[in-house]
Amino acid sequence: MVFNRPRIVRVLDFINESSTVRSLTFKDDLCSKAKPGQFMMVWIPGVDEIPMSISMMRDDLIGLTVRKVGEASNALFNMKVSSMIGIRGPYGNSFTPIIGKVMIIGAGTGLAPLMLLSEILANQSASIDMIIGGKTIDEFIFVNRAKELLSRTRSNMIITTEDGSYGIKGLATDVILPILKEKSIDMIYTCGPELMMKKVFEIAQEFNLPVQASLERVMKCGIGICGSCFIGKYRVCKDGPIFDSSKLKEVKDEFGLFKMDHSGKRVRLQ
Amino acid sequence: MKEPDLSTEIAGFKMNNPLMLASGILGTSIASLRRVFEAGAGAVITKSIGYEPRIGYENPTLVEVHGGYLNAIGLSNPGVKEFYNELSKSKIEDLPLVVSLFGAKPSEFKEMVSILEELKIKAYELNLSCPHVKGFGIEVGQDHKAIREVIKAIKEETKKPLFVKLSPNVTDIVKMARVAENSDADALTIANTIRAMSIDIETFRPILANKIGGLSGPAIKPIAVRCVYEVSKEVRIPVIGCGGIVNWQDAIEFFLAGAKAIQIGTAIAYEGLDVFEKIKKGIRDYLIMKEKESVREIVGLSHGF
Repeated sequence: MVFNRPRIVRVLDFINESSTVRSLTFKDDLCSKAKPGQFMMVWIPGVDEIPMSISMMRDDLIGLTVRKVGEASNALFNMKVSSMIGIRGPYGNSFTPIIGKVMIIGAGTGLAPLMLLSEILANQSASIDMIIGGKTIDEFIFVNRAKELLSRTRSNMIITTEDGSYGIKGLATDVILPILKEKSIDMIYTCGPELMMKKVFEIAQEFNLPVQASLERVMKCGIGICGSCFIGKYRVCKDGPIFDSSKLKEVKDEFGLFKMDHSGKRVRLQ
Repeated sequence: MKEPDLSTEIAGFKMNNPLMLASGILGTSIASLRRVFEAGAGAVITKSIGYEPRIGYENPTLVEVHGGYLNAIGLSNPGVKEFYNELSKSKIEDLPLVVSLFGAKPSEFKEMVSILEELKIKAYELNLSCPHVKGFGIEVGQDHKAIREVIKAIKEETKKPLFVKLSPNVTDIVKMARVAENSDADALTIANTIRAMSIDIETFRPILANKIGGLSGPAIKPIAVRCVYEVSKEVRIPVIGCGGIVNWQDAIEFFLAGAKAIQIGTAIAYEGLDVFEKIKKGIRDYLIMKEKESVREIVGLSHGF
């Protein structure tokens, strides 16, 4: 059985999440057994193959969520119903959902894997504090879906925008500290811009709180052999993409600071 | 029974075991290569370094097929200067590090080696056989004059052992091996991936962005075994076997064919980094069963038949 080969699926539907973000759905048996945090390599024939989180699973229906930023993401964004894409995976490790009191911090399309995780947490966690950050109101995705999920358990949701157009004015990381001072949290989950995740990790360290963060790097093979996605001694595609606090500590000289570009050269994170 | 000796030596380069990480697998970063060393490799070879940085091809750069993997990464690498910077900041004295080099002309190889020479690299491997990048690798590797000039250019800059990695994508690999030996190569790595292709039947498209890539994995093992056998019978310099080794039985087959050491790459996709310890244990147990004191004793045993 050859596993690491694109399986061609047809786009069944798309959902406009914002003016620049769209979710595509398709059917795939292997991905319907994926765990939250795992990713797929998505082949856009003739264009590129890129790592994408699974953002939705409904029976055998799978969703991915793409923001149009570059050539590949634009091509994916513009896929029509019944367009063909290739799927490999699911790959990588996954978030470990816990039973206790959790905090979830996400921004942008980083919310995609956090949504799948929240579906599990909403049914088992004692409480959820969810913080969603963004630059401005037009960028927000998944807010209603998150609200619906959170309504199933003891929860609290905070929205932050840099320009103050929605929720609290400021950064997502600004509102963590007051919450942690006020109540006990057992686990923090985060996915979004790496500088945000680094700040989350630093704050969590002060409170001795464990973190699970979903990292992203240049990926080629997706299966742990090409060496494109190393951070420290870890392959994001195989040893990650979810890094817990002990792994984050081990890669602290690179996390939030450097990544390798397509040539393997170390460059500063923007 | 005494513990069998797994150590070996290639042109003065000593390894505590004969398993090397093949070039092109797990990149160029020292943290990555050290992890492979700590996982049990006797030596680690970098992904090939060139003079200028290269980003390589667009994805897809890898696709699985029955019996192996096709890849066309496109010699992506940070370039020799950036690579030198990383190495000079890293502790590598204790790392059995071999640097793989590719280039388009002798002057590039000369310049690269002169930059890297002061570092505690243990040996170089010359990649004359990348099967899918125009102007590099195989095109140099099929030209006798070019092989001679490149080896000469490198040897003028270094006394470290030079392994020359040859392509199986030639009519007569023994001829190439003789050219390399006569040009003062210290050892030969036999072989490399084989030009191959895979097409998606739904979209009618070649899957790799570069269309053609190199096939590695179990599918090419019998070809590589044949190449090692033919070459090691005809040359005096040591041969390092490479091509489709995923378990200890494969490794033994290469030793019997005439390889003094072997390289492991694609097996990591199947077995993970544990593959080094698994194969070492298998070799050890085999040597005990066959009442051999050292892995060196079984090298080329198939030649007697």
